[in-house]
Amino acid sequence: MGILEVKNVGKRFGGLQALSEVNLSVKENTVHAIIGPNGAGKSTLLNCLVGKLIPDTGSVMFDGNSVLGRSPHEINQLGISRVFQTPEIFGDLTVLENVSIACFAKRDGAYSLNAFGAVNKENDIREAAEHILDDVNMLEKSGMQASSLSRGDKRRLEMAMCLSQKPRLLLLDEPTAGMARADTNNTIDLLKTIRDRRNITMCIIEHDMHVVFSLAERITVLAQGTPLVEETPDNIKGHPKVREAYLGEAQV
Amino acid sequence: MLGLEKKDFNLLLIVAALVVLAPVLLNPFPEGSAMAQFNAGYPDLMQRFVIFGIFAIGFNILFGLTGYLSFGHAAFLGVGSYAGMWMLKLLSINVIPAIIFSMLIAGLVSLAIGYISLRRSGIYFSILTLAFAQMAFSLAASVLTPITGGETGLQTNLNDPRILPGFLGGGSSADGNIPKPSLFGIEMTATYEISVGNWLWTLNWGYAICAVVMLIAFYISIRIFRSPFGLMLRAIKSNQHRLSYTGLNTRPYMLACFVISGMYAGLAGGLMAAMDPQVGAERMQWTASGEVVLMTILGGVGTLIGPVLGAGLIKYFENIFSKINKATLEMWFSFAPDWLEGILVSIVYPFIGKGWHLTLGLMFMAVIIFLPGGLVEGGKRIGDWVRGKRGKAANDGAEVKTPAE
Ligand SMILES: Nc1ncnc2c1ncn2[C@@H]1O[C@H](COP(=O)(O)OP(=O)(O)OP(=O)(O)O)[C@@H](O)[C@H]1O
Ligand SMILES: [Mg+2]
Repeated sequence: MGILEVKNVGKRFGGLQALSEVNLSVKENTVHAIIGPNGAGKSTLLNCLVGKLIPDTGSVMFDGNSVLGRSPHEINQLGISRVFQTPEIFGDLTVLENVSIACFAKRDGAYSLNAFGAVNKENDIREAAEHILDDVNMLEKSGMQASSLSRGDKRRLEMAMCLSQKPRLLLLDEPTAGMARADTNNTIDLLKTIRDRRNITMCIIEHDMHVVFSLAERITVLAQGTPLVEETPDNIKGHPKVREAYLGEAQV
Repeated sequence: MLGLEKKDFNLLLIVAALVVLAPVLLNPFPEGSAMAQFNAGYPDLMQRFVIFGIFAIGFNILFGLTGYLSFGHAAFLGVGSYAGMWMLKLLSINVIPAIIFSMLIAGLVSLAIGYISLRRSGIYFSILTLAFAQMAFSLAASVLTPITGGETGLQTNLNDPRILPGFLGGGSSADGNIPKPSLFGIEMTATYEISVGNWLWTLNWGYAICAVVMLIAFYISIRIFRSPFGLMLRAIKSNQHRLSYTGLNTRPYMLACFVISGMYAGLAGGLMAAMDPQVGAERMQWTASGEVVLMTILGGVGTLIGPVLGAGLIKYFENIFSKINKATLEMWFSFAPDWLEGILVSIVYPFIGKGWHLTLGLMFMAVIIFLPGGLVEGGKRIGDWVRGKRGKAANDGAEVKTPAE
């Protein structure tokens, strides 16, 4: 039994069957990649995992709890954090404030109406936030307004926010898109370090095959809303069905 | 100090100094001079400055931090006033129970209205709050007449019960007149006049009490702005989705913020009743809700001091600018030949007196277009400009020096 069990999930948008009969099992403390051409339904699947969408059919279990019917903040409090395909950050706030909010959510739960404390005096929150920012090489940017960051930095900030929550399952939707090569390599190194601590499960969607093959231990190929194959990276390379799905789009 | 950062503490000190010195600062012109009509340092108006300051500070906690624009805050102001009036009638003429109950009742009403309105965001939230406020206004003017006095409103009467013991302000007054709201025997209307040379300054108990309450309200709003709660509210304004996916439940935050904001409005309403014990339904009208929006935007949304400045400016216009009449204008332009005087007067006339709304509207448009951050941003820009000039002067000095070396 994996920590995440997706059974028979289907989702329809009007006339478009975005997902049909998706089955997926992700083992605890591994890195599982989901790849597939544009429009395959990868992001839609993640939306069904975090409460953004409710699937029409099927079930989603996380560590023995059903995810369906829970609201996004409840799902996050179960231990699932997500980095979105288009960065979702608090643009008006500083980088440090962005990460601090995630740290507060981890420490104080879904709400704590602490209207008389002072953010500046929460030393443990600040230390935790700065520690994570250091991990993603953004400490010197901690005073910057988040909306003024480059696209790659926004994504790294979002990753820092998710990591600071110490989630049990981290969902990454194209974490290196829009990043310069050097930053992509840094991100790969960071995620590798985290993976090798073996206390977090990661689900990663990525078009960059270099990233996928550097990190993933299992790979699911999704095409037109259905999983084609699930294999180890070595067996995926040159798999005929995968070639067919991509029609030579990427050099698998 | 008081749990504030140095910068915020200094701001609190500045506001405290302005509030304490207001009777002097607002009366800069000697009695009997031509400019004396621009003096704003009389009790009635000074009370209004700080009361509307409280109203706007509370509104800004909601609008400035979360970006949720309520168009119904006058309802809470009105509820606060009615609640305060009933306490003055039923319990005692002492203003303290009146002020406390006005906050509590406004808090309860805002809890109910907020619970429903906050199911929506953006324009739908605004419309819902507006609808509730208009409902409250209509009810107060008609169906609820037994509680609100309908169109004649609610006043204190000679035969009100006032059940608390006499030393707490209960019972009837000794002289057989309707008792005036007071604080342990000190009437809110009690006033002392100090005259220095040709200048006249008025010190008034009612103003003193409003001023103290306003400083406390301002202090609390600073604490809220700097608290983890305030940070979450700003996060709601910035990206509510991200907050949910970060594991935070936005609803209790929004509801708590809405209730706090409603209680500020109720407090302002209670003080109004305590200063002038009569209230009518028009206090809840949508124009009153719109006014506090204008005050906040004019002063600077989301800034600490902006709403207070905006409230002061609008109340000054409403009460002072509106009193300039044709005769005053003719006096101002009497230096010009008669034909020119006529032209000047007829150009300026539409903007003054009853036309003060026109001036206010133009000013509002100018602020929105050129200073989206309101008066506070204006102040900041002037500050930067002065500092820039000084910096430049220093640089120029350095440049002159270099070749001499
Ligand atoms: N909310 C929605 N309403 C209607 N259609 C949608 C919605 N979300 C996604 N779709 C459609 O569902 C299909 C799958 O979209 P999805 O975003 O999951 O693809 P993807 O695999 O993430 O692609 P990409 O690699 O481009 O990100 C697409 O055809 C998309 O247009
Ligand atoms: Mg996608």
